[in-house]
Amino acid sequence: MSFQDFGKSIDILLVEDNPGDIRLTQEAFKEGKVFNNLHVVNDGEEAVEFLYQRGKYKDVPRPDLILLDLNLPKLDGRAVLAEIKADTDLRRIPVVILTTSKAEEDILRTYDLHANCYITKPIELEEFINIVHNIENFWLSIVKLPKA
Amino acid sequence: MNEKVINILLVEDSMGDIRLTQEVFKEGKIRNDLVYVKNGEDALAYLHREGKFADAVRPDLILLDLNLPRKDGRAVLDEIKSDSDLARIPVVVLTTSSAEEDIQRMYDLHANCFITKPFDLDKFITVAKSIQDFWFSIVKLPNSTNQPFKT
Repeated sequence: MSFQDFGKSIDILLVEDNPGDIRLTQEAFKEGKVFNNLHVVNDGEEAVEFLYQRGKYKDVPRPDLILLDLNLPKLDGRAVLAEIKADTDLRRIPVVILTTSKAEEDILRTYDLHANCYITKPIELEEFINIVHNIENFWLSIVKLPKA
Repeated sequence: MNEKVINILLVEDSMGDIRLTQEVFKEGKIRNDLVYVKNGEDALAYLHREGKFADAVRPDLILLDLNLPRKDGRAVLDEIKSDSDLARIPVVVLTTSSAEEDIQRMYDLHANCFITKPFDLDKFITVAKSIQDFWFSIVKLPNSTNQPFKT
């Protein structure tokens, strides 16, 4: 059951440098009810390039949802978030922070920067998959996403 | 076990929807306290602890209808997200509207998510449960003193 109306599939941008987490997330989204394309970039700079459709990313779709790790090489996830939410075109894209950090300062600061929600990645494999399934269900089936 | 409570502010003018939401949230696994106000002005007074709301508890989550008397939900959202103190509180817009302009505009105003209320009763309950499950059990809310301990 989906409460989302869409003619196309959902494009998701995963900003994540850990290959294990990338693989798990890909697997979990493949099992989802809603047809989706998961695009992956491995650092903050690539994330920005992707979102502004620059260089090798000039033909990529604008994502409908962003999953953003905080501790990233090149450009920190917090800086990527600040840039997204300051841009008049990009700010409406929901950003789900998905990070190992449970630090209170990180939680408060990212909500202040208008992260749409903050989720701490579980260490346990099955819990991690469960979390991703929950993200998929809530953001792709329950919520209305803004048209990209 | 010392269990914390999640405080929710429901801003909704339909008594029917209020009752339904209360029923669903009462049955949740995580302890929560749902308070409601029925118009936009009261919502802001509550959040600012003004007048009759001087003893209001700061909510951990806000469920916000858009079409409200006295002050529109859109204006309430704008005020919340422009306030350096209140901006971090997640706001779930929960409205009958499915208009694309509303969806875009609310996300632009930093609504944390936008949900169209189903008319169907069973679907409404499913949506309310999903909100509860996601925002209480999956997400970290921005106020750890109100976080429940995981069982």
